[in-house]
Amino acid sequence: MRSSQTQSFQAAPAGSPLTPPAYGPMAGGIDEMLDASGQVRPHWQSFHHWLSQATLGDLTGRMSSVRQLLRDHGVTYNIYDDAMGTSRPWELDLIPLIIDESEWLTVADGLQQRGHLLNALVADIYGPQRVLKQGLLPPALLYGNPAFLRAVMGVQPAGPFLFSVAHDLVRGPNGGWMVLADRTQVPYGQGYTLENRVIMANVHADEFGGSHVRRLGSYFDGERRALQSLAPSRKGEAGILMLAPSPRSETYFEVAFKARQIGFPLVEGADLTVRDRRLHLKTLEGLVPADVVVRHVTDANCDPLELNAGGDQGTAGFLEAWRTGSVALANGLGSAVVETPALNPFLPGLCRFLLGEEMKMPGVPTWWCGQERELQMVLSNPNRWVLKSTFHRGSKMPLYVANLAEAEKAKVLAEVRANPHDWIAQEMLPLSTTPAWTGEKLEPRPLVWRAYAYASGSNRVVMPGGLARVSPETSNWIVTMRTGGLSKDVWIVGQSPVKDTPLQQRAPVAIRPTRPPSSVPSRAADHLFWLGRYAERSEQTIRVLRSVLTRLTGERISGRREDLQVCASLMDHINLPTLAGATIQSRVSALLSSPSLAGNVPMLISRLVYNAAAARDRLSDDTWRLINRIQRDSRFPEGRLVLSTALERLDTLILDLAAFCGMQLESTTRGHGWRFLEIGRRIERAQLSALLIGGTTLHIKDRPGSLDPLLEVCDSSMTYRRLHFAQPTLEPVLDLLLLNASNPRSVAFQLSALRIQTEQLPTSPSLSADLEQKHAVDLEAELHSLDLQELSKAHQGTIEAVHTLCGSLDTRLDLLSTRITEHYFSHATRQIQ
Amino acid sequence: MRYHVIHRTTYAYDGPVTVGHYVARLEPRKLPWQDCPWHELHVQPNPIESTERDDYFGNTCSYFEVEGAHEKLEVIARSYVDIRPSAFFEPSKSPPWEIIRTACRSDRYNAASSAGELCFGSALIKPAPPFADYALVSFTPKKPILEGLLDLTRRIYTEFKFDPKATDHATPIEKAFNQRSGVCQDFAQVMIACLRSIGLPTRYVSGYLETRPPPGQARMIGADASHAWVSLYCGEELGWMDADPTNNVLPSDRHITLAWGRDFRDVSPLKGVTIGDGSQTLSVGVDVIPIGDT
Repeated sequence: MRSSQTQSFQAAPAGSPLTPPAYGPMAGGIDEMLDASGQVRPHWQSFHHWLSQATLGDLTGRMSSVRQLLRDHGVTYNIYDDAMGTSRPWELDLIPLIIDESEWLTVADGLQQRGHLLNALVADIYGPQRVLKQGLLPPALLYGNPAFLRAVMGVQPAGPFLFSVAHDLVRGPNGGWMVLADRTQVPYGQGYTLENRVIMANVHADEFGGSHVRRLGSYFDGERRALQSLAPSRKGEAGILMLAPSPRSETYFEVAFKARQIGFPLVEGADLTVRDRRLHLKTLEGLVPADVVVRHVTDANCDPLELNAGGDQGTAGFLEAWRTGSVALANGLGSAVVETPALNPFLPGLCRFLLGEEMKMPGVPTWWCGQERELQMVLSNPNRWVLKSTFHRGSKMPLYVANLAEAEKAKVLAEVRANPHDWIAQEMLPLSTTPAWTGEKLEPRPLVWRAYAYASGSNRVVMPGGLARVSPETSNWIVTMRTGGLSKDVWIVGQSPVKDTPLQQRAPVAIRPTRPPSSVPSRAADHLFWLGRYAERSEQTIRVLRSVLTRLTGERISGRREDLQVCASLMDHINLPTLAGATIQSRVSALLSSPSLAGNVPMLISRLVYNAAAARDRLSDDTWRLINRIQRDSRFPEGRLVLSTALERLDTLILDLAAFCGMQLESTTRGHGWRFLEIGRRIERAQLSALLIGGTTLHIKDRPGSLDPLLEVCDSSMTYRRLHFAQPTLEPVLDLLLLNASNPRSVAFQLSALRIQTEQLPTSPSLSADLEQKHAVDLEAELHSLDLQELSKAHQGTIEAVHTLCGSLDTRLDLLSTRITEHYFSHATRQIQ
Repeated sequence: MRYHVIHRTTYAYDGPVTVGHYVARLEPRKLPWQDCPWHELHVQPNPIESTERDDYFGNTCSYFEVEGAHEKLEVIARSYVDIRPSAFFEPSKSPPWEIIRTACRSDRYNAASSAGELCFGSALIKPAPPFADYALVSFTPKKPILEGLLDLTRRIYTEFKFDPKATDHATPIEKAFNQRSGVCQDFAQVMIACLRSIGLPTRYVSGYLETRPPPGQARMIGADASHAWVSLYCGEELGWMDADPTNNVLPSDRHITLAWGRDFRDVSPLKGVTIGDGSQTLSVGVDVIPIGDT
């Protein structure tokens, strides 16, 4: 037996008391870093060199860099949920899994063959079904498989059924890698793989650069080219789309991340429509045919017409469009039919039959209870087995029969007897371990390596890397991200330096592509429009709340306590929710922190984040970082409001939102996407200003001090003082906030921007923006019909005229917003019959 | 017997619908005992695209797209159908049901194991022990399979109440089973669940039934409706045998077969997804007019 102290780390340099404790693999098992005699394996040596000299401080420092980067990149496992964005951060371990290139080549060879085999099997299942007729596949394994889609029968797709597959690999007791499971429908995890690599290459820059790690860049480049070559019609640039699940889905983050890396537009089912049995993308300028769809959506959520009568997700006619061969899918519908591990015992025979070859890489030994002999074997010695559902991976946890209580065991075995084809049995396998950093020490953890491959013509290309996951505890053998686990980057280390290009777009790029920059999906424009509106509404709301808070604390010179009532009424003017019997302070508190008050700050920010997430592939990394920061800074603790802390938070948030606004101004191309963001923001700012001004003027006689807070909320106090060197009086304030077109906070400024933007709205022969333009022109005309000079002669007339004007502007802005929504977003309500 | 079948479906939408995608299974199947010499599918407004294919179970299905604002969609299927009465088979001479069950479980590919596909659960029908318990009262050990089928048909007919108010199209079969009531769709799906739960392959059959008026009264147009029954695999010699638990009969020349599949979802006569606002009202009318013997 090996001592657990065989490999200890060097003492830290003198002066540092922090030395990481020793790493000792589990006795009797295989460890990825150390060999049986406790020596560091050659391909780990370079990395281990750093590890052996690192102090606890080094490790902790790098780990916090990892966390910081994950936070900055907003890497979450579940990007958004309604309960205030409590998404779980992605966990990435500090120590990569390192695999020797020569071993990887063997694995890659086995996976290429497996990819060919699984693809041929799917094509046969939905085609001639020779494997069934030859007796190589038991009928029940097909007929009882819920992933077998009858509607796909007979489809001859453009391109392969399986374009891109993921394989979960484990190292068995004999030292070789085996396939634990295949993901043939959607190869989940590639977005995380990319993210992990970016972070690891950054945090371990020297070790990464110095140890011949194979790069991932050419894999994704090749995949992009292979996808382009799938396009059924080879005319011009292929329309390649990435079909993503709803932003609320747990996999949305990684799909969006990959979409931005690889550069394909991210769309959802509602962005697509089928006309003449051809799949199209609904853009602002009309329908654009889609040639290739990279599908990150399960079968049932693709087509409500043929695949899921119960749901409303997806695109009606999607399957029919694929059937015609006019669009290629990566991967094809129904591909999940070969995901079941019950296939394992049949694959060697299928491989000989379909490919004429012996299987190169084994699957994990599996017994399918649907066969009499296997069933009896399992029942006769049940304690030996781990039982799993044949067809429902993930939804049911594996059962370790030996660990079950007697009653439970009897129940499970009865179920196996009743529905034997629903069960598979596998033996307990000791998996290899690899070091993981717990924050205090290195621990050996069992691991699963998810490898990826795509089809390129008649070849299959395997990713030199992948996503490794380790169990949350040393003794826990269940490795899944869902139950909490660590992910790892996988480094394939060669003998010689790599001649490979870094991870970024390197395909030959047209200097200025002829493709119109405007093919913005209508839905994306919709989200950007609302992103603009919510960003502005959040900012204005926070400004109002800040002005109330400053009066509550009385700390700031500008905020006189007498103005408190005035400020509080500003909350009413912009229709912030009221609470029966609440004091001003408790109302502000609820507006800042209540998790369930419609229209309060958490709700506004959550809408902002939702719309940003849904348009994520159109926002830059830096913008996204800001969104993350806004989300973080807007979390006020529920309960008693600490005024000074709250004020500080509001100041920070206003800066965050201003930075977001600046990003929009300075870092966004003036395409149609930007235009809708801008229009949303301008409508919202004009509308809220009109409400604030209209409300304030109505009460100006009772509350003469009303103008100060109004100027403050409209960020125009400084300007006013510069212009007038005096206490604010009505007409000059109104002029500054309503009519002064050089004040970027004035209504005039917003309306002028709206006129300019509506003139540039996308148009097509069937789509004119005349009405939007007319609305914008009318708005401006109405505003400028206000003659303050004339009115100021009779004080009372001004108030009434302004109040009426503000009400009318509010209504007209609503009309413009509605018109744009109906015209460009035409949001589909769906009906299923 | 020759029938003229007219199946009319109308959707009235609350607000205008801009696009609709539909799949119809409204063409009667061609079978050894049934022919469909003429069939016509008429859609108003005119579809921009339509196409036909055979689905997995061999039913003809039509796909069509309707574009342009419309507030009403009308689909009329007209068919001539000729049916020969089925031959009588002495139930007591049919094979014991356990033999069929075993044959269908084979992991070799043959007629029986192919039929075995219909033993498995489907979207709407999940086999479960309570269904098996109910079926086993009829399928006692060594019982000839046709006798078992007749008995189960009779029991569902007598023990279940036909009550259109008791269920709707979305009622799960477990509920219909527990409350012992429903309509023909529920009767058929419950019976299928029972048969599949004891390992016997059973299909869901959709079609029409000619309902003869009481003597002396005129036949009411539109009185007929879509109907549903079951079909059980009874071995290579007998093949698939139909049974109608709603009427306690073995179908002969008054049951017109439209389509079959695993459950209602596979054979839904008309399925559509529309894009537009508001809700819709559906009305369906079926006329089965006997034309005479051919």
